[in-house]
Amino acid sequence: MLLRLAWRNIWRNKRRTYITVASIMFAVFAAIAMSSIQRGAWGHMVDNVVKYYFGYAQIQKDGYWEEQSIDKAFLMDEEVKALQTKLPHVKDFIPRIESFALASYKKSTLGVLVVGTNGEKENAMTKLGTRITKGTYLQPGEKGAIIADGIAENLKIGVGDTLVLLSVGYRGANAAGKYPVKGLVHFGSPELNKRMVYLPLEEAQYFFAADGLVTSIALDIDDKKNIEPTILAVKSKLNQDKYDVLNWKEMIPSLVEAKQLDEAGAKIMLLILYVIIAFGIFGTILMMTKEREYEFGVLLAIGMHRMKLGLTIWVETILLGILGAVAGMLFSFPIVYYFYKQPITMTGDMAKAYEKFGVEPILPAALGLDIFLIQALIVFLMTSVLAIYPLLKIRGLRPVEAMRE
Amino acid sequence: MPIIKTTQVTKVYNPDTIPVHALAGVDLEIEAGEFTAIVGPSGSGKTTLLNIIGGLDQPTSGSIEVGGQDISKFSDSEMIDFRQKNIGFVFQAYNLIPVLTAEENVEFVMLLQKRSKAERQARVKELLESVGIADKWDKRPNQLSGGQQQRVAVARALASKPTFVLADEPTANLDSKSTANLLDIMARLNQEEGITFVFSTHDQRVIDRARRVVTLVDGQVDTDVYK
Repeated sequence: MLLRLAWRNIWRNKRRTYITVASIMFAVFAAIAMSSIQRGAWGHMVDNVVKYYFGYAQIQKDGYWEEQSIDKAFLMDEEVKALQTKLPHVKDFIPRIESFALASYKKSTLGVLVVGTNGEKENAMTKLGTRITKGTYLQPGEKGAIIADGIAENLKIGVGDTLVLLSVGYRGANAAGKYPVKGLVHFGSPELNKRMVYLPLEEAQYFFAADGLVTSIALDIDDKKNIEPTILAVKSKLNQDKYDVLNWKEMIPSLVEAKQLDEAGAKIMLLILYVIIAFGIFGTILMMTKEREYEFGVLLAIGMHRMKLGLTIWVETILLGILGAVAGMLFSFPIVYYFYKQPITMTGDMAKAYEKFGVEPILPAALGLDIFLIQALIVFLMTSVLAIYPLLKIRGLRPVEAMRE
Repeated sequence: MPIIKTTQVTKVYNPDTIPVHALAGVDLEIEAGEFTAIVGPSGSGKTTLLNIIGGLDQPTSGSIEVGGQDISKFSDSEMIDFRQKNIGFVFQAYNLIPVLTAEENVEFVMLLQKRSKAERQARVKELLESVGIADKWDKRPNQLSGGQQQRVAVARALASKPTFVLADEPTANLDSKSTANLLDIMARLNQEEGITFVFSTHDQRVIDRARRVVTLVDGQVDTDVYK
């Protein structure tokens, strides 16, 4: 009967109920939309940046990340190779050797980062081949370099010309080599666009006098959620005194910090939204309580205990909260789903800023059940807390005074 | 033994600012089965006395015994329980729960008393028939006339099988026909079932039907007449 009473009471003043439910619904919708777009946009950015080069995780020699020297290269021995088959979520290992070098063409010289990698594997993870603007991508067994078009511009070198690389190889060996430019790639980030030179792995190993050695192995992991379990599995199987296994967060802390900063800003926005909505809901509760003080007095007079009466009113408010939260989730789903499938495409300066960092200028929404449930739960809990007000009012209500009103 | 006994009951409103002496030492005894009207001009203290007897308000001094228990010493929770089990209220403005049907309004008090469903259903049927409104069992208060609502209120007041019924100006909002009808029902319940009724009223029609008329003037019993 109490539930029936609460339910019927909700519909006593239909217009007020519709307005309250609508305000809760829009609050839930706004919160879900904000969270979904934010998570989606960051997910997209992280994917772009991480897959761009680093991979979700890397195996390196212990201490390499602090001092990125060719001397910290390590042998990709059987132990490491055998590991790949034992990691179910790792699609591939991308071994790389990298170090700085001087790149020359005719009378111009430039500092570059030489990356020796397996062209096929690299393309599978970072889609490097799609960045080719001129010439061809690294072909198996072919000697040649792929260079960023910023380097080509600075050195005034083109496809078919020969690039000279000079560096210090493994353990101080001289490193010198001539490589025909096979192709040009373009990076959104100007920094990368004037630094990156790709060689086939074996060529680079030969160049750095580091046969069979690599400076890192990027792990192509199938899903973000499998990063941590994979890292733990790798750590458990490798000698930890010899190797480091780093996730992308350790390798690009600036991205993590930027994400945290943005998330903190979004949390403040959500908090402001919640406060506004809380006042809206509280207004309804306040009106409802004031309007029905007389009735509360009558119910106390005929023998309803304060606790029971308070519970009925609390249930009433909670039902409003549930209605609003469910309506909000139902209303949000098709819209969030649409933007999940059809991301917002940015234009103008914003798009340029994204492209500068090699990130596709789109804002996809993330479709996560947890986003829906958490936002609905927050609004629901907020309503539950606000519903304490009538309880306090009923606690101090004197039937005679209430009925005199 | 009287079922209601007030001894030197006083009630002072605003004692710290401008004191209003609503009751100034009321001694009254009401026996089981009485049909009593408390009358008097506006401000004479009728409603205050009824509220104090019903445990809805506390006296400033004096004692109220109901069924031999001094109810002025009850805690809030004990008082609510006491009202639920012993007192039926009929209000001037009917005060039915607007979202419940006639049947549910009558059933509500029994629900608070945790009576079984079978018992509740039987009693609701009996009471609605008794007040002549059985055919309107599924109607909500706004679908009933004032007289019909007040009859539902009487049925609700009797649902808990109370020791007595307190009715505060029950006919104030009713037309002559409805008043006569309601008074017939209450008089019959009083005579046939021995239910004690105490009214506060201005209404001469109620006073005419009462078997005892207690007149209050300035918060004191002025006359007490048995007919």
